[in-house]
Amino acid sequence: MNWSSVGEFLAMGGYGLYVWGSFGMCAAVVAAECWGLALRRKALSELPLDDLDDRNDLNERPAHEA
Amino acid sequence: MSWTRYAAPQRFYPLAGRMIPWFAVLALLLTLVGLAIGLLLAPTDHQQGEAYRIIFVHVPAAWMSMIIYLAMAFWAAVGLMFNTRLASMLAVALAPTGAWMTFLALWTGALWGKPTWGTWWVWDARLTSELILLFLYIGFMSLHASIDDERRADRAAALLALVGVVNVPIIYFSVQWWNTLHQGASVSLTKAPSMATTMLWGMLVMALAFWMYSIAAALARTRTIILEREHGTRWVRQLMEAA
Repeated sequence: MNWSSVGEFLAMGGYGLYVWGSFGMCAAVVAAECWGLALRRKALSELPLDDLDDRNDLNERPAHEA
Repeated sequence: MSWTRYAAPQRFYPLAGRMIPWFAVLALLLTLVGLAIGLLLAPTDHQQGEAYRIIFVHVPAAWMSMIIYLAMAFWAAVGLMFNTRLASMLAVALAPTGAWMTFLALWTGALWGKPTWGTWWVWDARLTSELILLFLYIGFMSLHASIDDERRADRAAALLALVGVVNVPIIYFSVQWWNTLHQGASVSLTKAPSMATTMLWGMLVMALAFWMYSIAAALARTRTIILEREHGTRWVRQLMEAA
């Protein structure tokens, strides 16, 4: 262990801004991406169901194709 | 049953759904272990002090930015050559995650450059080619979004992705081919790593965590894309009605 106090850990030897700015942005990006994925997924469930399109449905294709 | 069985989006959808929790949990656990090694156990660097700890996110993000691009171009090429819809969807699903990784590599690089080089940014070969990678990702996504017909969009974007592949070796070897401010590779397949063992382990565990996260995120996006594109089909309708 390199640190004798929480303050010392947060200060990162004077490089706190750079180190935490890097780790913090990574956390923010992960949060943003997951949030974006959840929103996109949610938007989908609110979409009205359009006309049935069976072109790509495995159950609707001839047996030799599916 | 053959390996192509899961090339059908309808069959891949539930498979991906079962895989995502595993990758997500692995990503979380590896991140915790990697952060413990990187921030608590790894010693202070005798040259850079604590600033070097940025390496534990910078290198994994930079690696993923290139690996995801290669994966994206691979699936785009498969979609182009074999006309498989799922392959193209995988390529499209990988792009945003790759772009985020590229952004993180540039961001953490700037925050590392300031205290060690005295500047946030320089137009040197490594940094510039990584910035071009970000533009390639953005170009791929924009081009795809600008074409209404999905399959035509897949094909056009695939061509862009394939042309852009040339940039990946340029990024990787830029530190050897040109005089750059950026340091050379600390870890390579051909020689012993030039860093302390604890630091190396921290970096490798974090890299694995980034891998797992990227796979989970890309699979989750693939599932959403499958539902978007197959929205009119009976199986998606049944799935939506059941939910």
